Amino acid sequence: MAVKAQSRLDAQRLRADFPIFEQLIHGKPLAYLDSAVTSQKPRQVLDAMRAFYETSNANVHRGVYALSERATAEFEQARQAVAAFVNAPSTPEIIFTRQATEALNLVAYAWGLNNLGPGDLVVVTELEHHSNFVPWQYMAKRTGAGFRMIHVNDEGELDLTDLDDIAREGNVKVVANNLVSNALGTINPIEKLADWAHAQGAIMVVDAAQAAPHHPIDVQALGCDFLAFSAHKMCGPTGVGALWGRRELLEAMEPFNLGGHMIRKVRFEETTWGDLPHKFEAGTSPIAEAVGLGAAIEYLNEIGIEAIEAYEQELAGVALERLAEIPGVKLYGPPVERRAGIVSFNVEGIHPHDVAQVLDSEGVAIRAGHHCCQPLMTRLGVAATNRASFYLYSIPEEIDRLVEGVHKARKILG
Amino acid sequence: MAAEDLYREVILDHYKNPRGHGVIEDADATAEGVNPLCGDEVSIFVQFGEDGETIDDVKFSGRGCAISQASTSMLMEMVKGKKAGEIAGLPKEELLEEVGIPLTPIRLKCALLGLGVLKVALHRAKGTPLPEEWAGLDELELT
Repeated sequence: MAVKAQSRLDAQRLRADFPIFEQLIHGKPLAYLDSAVTSQKPRQVLDAMRAFYETSNANVHRGVYALSERATAEFEQARQAVAAFVNAPSTPEIIFTRQATEALNLVAYAWGLNNLGPGDLVVVTELEHHSNFVPWQYMAKRTGAGFRMIHVNDEGELDLTDLDDIAREGNVKVVANNLVSNALGTINPIEKLADWAHAQGAIMVVDAAQAAPHHPIDVQALGCDFLAFSAHKMCGPTGVGALWGRRELLEAMEPFNLGGHMIRKVRFEETTWGDLPHKFEAGTSPIAEAVGLGAAIEYLNEIGIEAIEAYEQELAGVALERLAEIPGVKLYGPPVERRAGIVSFNVEGIHPHDVAQVLDSEGVAIRAGHHCCQPLMTRLGVAATNRASFYLYSIPEEIDRLVEGVHKARKILG
Repeated sequence: MAAEDLYREVILDHYKNPRGHGVIEDADATAEGVNPLCGDEVSIFVQFGEDGETIDDVKFSGRGCAISQASTSMLMEMVKGKKAGEIAGLPKEELLEEVGIPLTPIRLKCALLGLGVLKVALHRAKGTPLPEEWAGLDELELT
């Protein structure tokens, strides 16, 4: 597939930013094809966190001394970077969480618990990661609301023909969907779903964990009400993620975690809550991690999200073609032009764990399992798949090694 | 570790020609388990002899990776003719020795799935003790 010359990134050069590639695995260079589960970290991010700890470390928001002010400034700069990254209308709408999972739980509890009841419907899709499925399934059960699922077609794309039928079954209050499927790479029509959700009087909750690393995000263009993502999939550290929420919804919501920092006034009789974003940030935040996330956003912006997406799609196209040539390989998911850099496949007669184990012995790291998407695996009629996923540091030679490894697995186990 | 060390001939033999693969209708003891990490599934069926203790026949069905299926196949050979109480006390090391390959913690779960399911089946049918590590399996991972 042709990639625009001006947007092409130089993966070989970027790779030098990632210290993890300086080692050998089983005596071979590391072919890390599991970035969808967590990305590797560039020196720029590691250095930013180290510099924070070495020169600015203090708790934020509370100290009157210089160091605390500096720490607070860095933390809040990271929040501004996140707000710009998702094109949020205002910075206090960005809540730092531990990761996308906690952000989605925040919405399920703080919004769902007080807004759902019998007669209401919570609608998820068959493509959801468990993080945007289980909290809603639980909250529906707990509040007496119904739980419905939008199904996928054989190519792993959402089938929206059932929406009217769903709407007739109750008051749709929540629609939850991921922008990019972590299992198949499907890019979902969030704008369409958000329109439908709003026509029903529902909120649209978007899990952008798999999109944020390589797909431009604009919460205003998407028309959603909440959007969550994790730093660790986009060159940032583990332990921090972000939730964007529409201000009027966040303001009307009850808090999620309770404790220090999130209060306005605490009296024996009653406690009142602080303003946004503090109301949702009880306790000491992951400060250095947020600084690391800010550095990761800067790193990605310098390369260009569009360039990253185009490059990954090119790699995915090559991988799909090469894997399709291997006898017994079954590929899952939509055509390459409608998917992110994720390739899910099975090798006939060989369990994915065994494929992954043989690949590991060749220094090739892929994921094998249900990818936290058991409802989708049920739909596909498999227990698990192999998944190779690409990122800005992936190189074509790694696809060669993937293909060779699959041949080897067939030789040993076929 | 080289793939050839892991997928030794004996493992591949048991994987490709599993011993005791099948279902026993009206089994005296049965249990079914999945490994939620990778989706390995194993069901085990036991038929006792006249003394109600000796494992006369034992079969397994399911699908999963080579390690889980091969180790369960080996297990079928190991336990046939033994008494329920003996198997309840069978240390996992004995099966792992039979499997005979170095296993990372995640693959260890694959290798031990069949043994866990068998112990739960015996526990349900005969009240044999279920060590704590398998008790967790009973609650969380078995259907």
